[in-house]
Amino acid sequence: MSVRRLNEEQPAEFAFTPENIDWAEGQIAKYPEGRQASAIIPLLWQAQKQAGGWLPEPAIRHVADMLDMPYIRALEVATFYTMFNLSPVGEHFVQLCGTTPCWLRGADDLKDVCRKLIGEQGEITEDGKLSWLEVECLGACVNAPMVQINDDFYEDLTANSFEQILSDLRAGKEVATGPQNSRRASEPEGGLTVLKGDK
Amino acid sequence: MLRDEDRIFKNIYGFEGADIASAKARGDWDGTAELIKKGRDWVIDEVKASGLRGRGGAGFPTGLKWSFMPKENDGRPHYLVVNADESEPGTCKDRDIMRHEPHKLLEGCVLAGFAMGAHACYVYVRGEFIREREALQRAVDEAYEAGLLGKNAAGSGWDYDIYVHHGAGAYICGEETALIESLEGKKGQPRLKPPFPANMGLYGCPTTVNNVESIAVAPTICRRGGSWFAGLGREGNTGTKLFCISGHVNNPCNVEEEMGIPLKELLEKHAGGVRGGWDNLLAVIPGGSSVPLLPKDICDTVLMDFDSLKEVQSGLGTAAVIVMDKSTDIIKAIARISHFYKHESCGQCTPCREGTGWMWRVLERMAAGRAQPKEIDMLLQVTKQIEGHTICALGDAAAWPVQGLIRHFRPVIEERLANGPLQEAAE
Repeated sequence: MSVRRLNEEQPAEFAFTPENIDWAEGQIAKYPEGRQASAIIPLLWQAQKQAGGWLPEPAIRHVADMLDMPYIRALEVATFYTMFNLSPVGEHFVQLCGTTPCWLRGADDLKDVCRKLIGEQGEITEDGKLSWLEVECLGACVNAPMVQINDDFYEDLTANSFEQILSDLRAGKEVATGPQNSRRASEPEGGLTVLKGDK
Repeated sequence: MLRDEDRIFKNIYGFEGADIASAKARGDWDGTAELIKKGRDWVIDEVKASGLRGRGGAGFPTGLKWSFMPKENDGRPHYLVVNADESEPGTCKDRDIMRHEPHKLLEGCVLAGFAMGAHACYVYVRGEFIREREALQRAVDEAYEAGLLGKNAAGSGWDYDIYVHHGAGAYICGEETALIESLEGKKGQPRLKPPFPANMGLYGCPTTVNNVESIAVAPTICRRGGSWFAGLGREGNTGTKLFCISGHVNNPCNVEEEMGIPLKELLEKHAGGVRGGWDNLLAVIPGGSSVPLLPKDICDTVLMDFDSLKEVQSGLGTAAVIVMDKSTDIIKAIARISHFYKHESCGQCTPCREGTGWMWRVLERMAAGRAQPKEIDMLLQVTKQIEGHTICALGDAAAWPVQGLIRHFRPVIEERLANGPLQEAAE
């Protein structure tokens, strides 16, 4: 388990935008009547997006009210699932995989890049652009080492390519997602060993 | 080596489109209604005959699992839940199915759901797979538009809905009852069994939870026949399997191969071999982080299937092969896995909540040489106190890698401790 607490400073209030209310109703409709609590993870996730990448306490209460749930149940969910950021993060939030398959292929070098360009885990750069966190396996192990930045995976990284990505994002440039070498996806680099017929 | 025509996932690398027209060109959704018209028992019998064992790690026979669902509907709806919460370190196969072959999964959902009397299916995708979730949702939308889902799905006379749901970063939600809890809007903490999900699952209704790969291979099995699938591999370990090869190989990759392929052949044919050559191999974790590692001498000859790996006190798990060459600090590698389990324990059972952190701290000290030699046996004893004493298998999964380390690399630990600061201070 990991210790997770709400941020000390909280905004006074939170309410979904009308577009997000519509979206939320579409989510709730996926579940049988009376089972609206099932929608809590998608709704908290949307609330986190609207709040700028972290989940303020009033947002948790807002979602609980929408789903007719006791606040404590919503708080339990928000503190249990580690993708809910309980404190503010940078505009580009880097989740760096440090689990064994990535570690074997150089995740420690990527951590050094983060320390150099961003600072310690959880710190946000002064311009508000970047922050980072070491996380557990993100499920792209054959493209290790890798990081997730906001919604996208960046795979087959080296210290150099990663440093470039962080600098480019900070400068507001477009960055290619996915593998950063010649691969398309999970095929072996340097030529297919199977399914060669159609290529 | 498996012939390309016997590969189920022909677009696993995504060189072709994942859209419905491309999927149909690869044979998906071909005659789905005719398969359904052969009846529930026919579908289950084909899957049973194929010998398919669950691809999520435990290897339970899939057809048998489907047959546990009540034959008659007692008024409660039946549910199929697809476990796409792929988070076992080393594993990244379901990701490729969702982004490159989503229609195989959806057609499988229709067939499996029909076979268990379900009209609704939830696919629980891990939270981090945002792009994969979008890809799957696109495929679902396409299938509804084409009349393959919804009322009279694919013209079969069976109504069927698929909903894409997602998690938010909890490994434990890959455990079937934790997944159900999470899907109901709660913390993902596993339930005691019995009652089993087939009687009391999602919303208290009969439910079957299956891995993505298990479901996605079902349409091909039904179309080509259970006997075709059973003809690959060997008895009790049939068919094809997606292997994920990561770590110290020249070309890490995913590849679909025949069950029972020798580990050495798998690595050398598809992953470009071990970095620095086969003799530079130290150890392999053959089935995702939960299974005990194998030292090189076993890797020389072992076959990659459930029973062969069980014989050498390891397991096929999710077939995620993590390769470590001789440059690896093996104690640190396993300590990092222990950190993973400490982080992912749901906190419900004391042996796991406390034990995972305890094992991690001891292994970190051992990696630094800061432990007493007698602590090796103490560590082994603690793993035995965790194993089998928790509600779900996460406790076992945390204990096994540590047991594997001590079983095969005890001299390495002893040497590290003998040269460590504690021994030097004692002298």
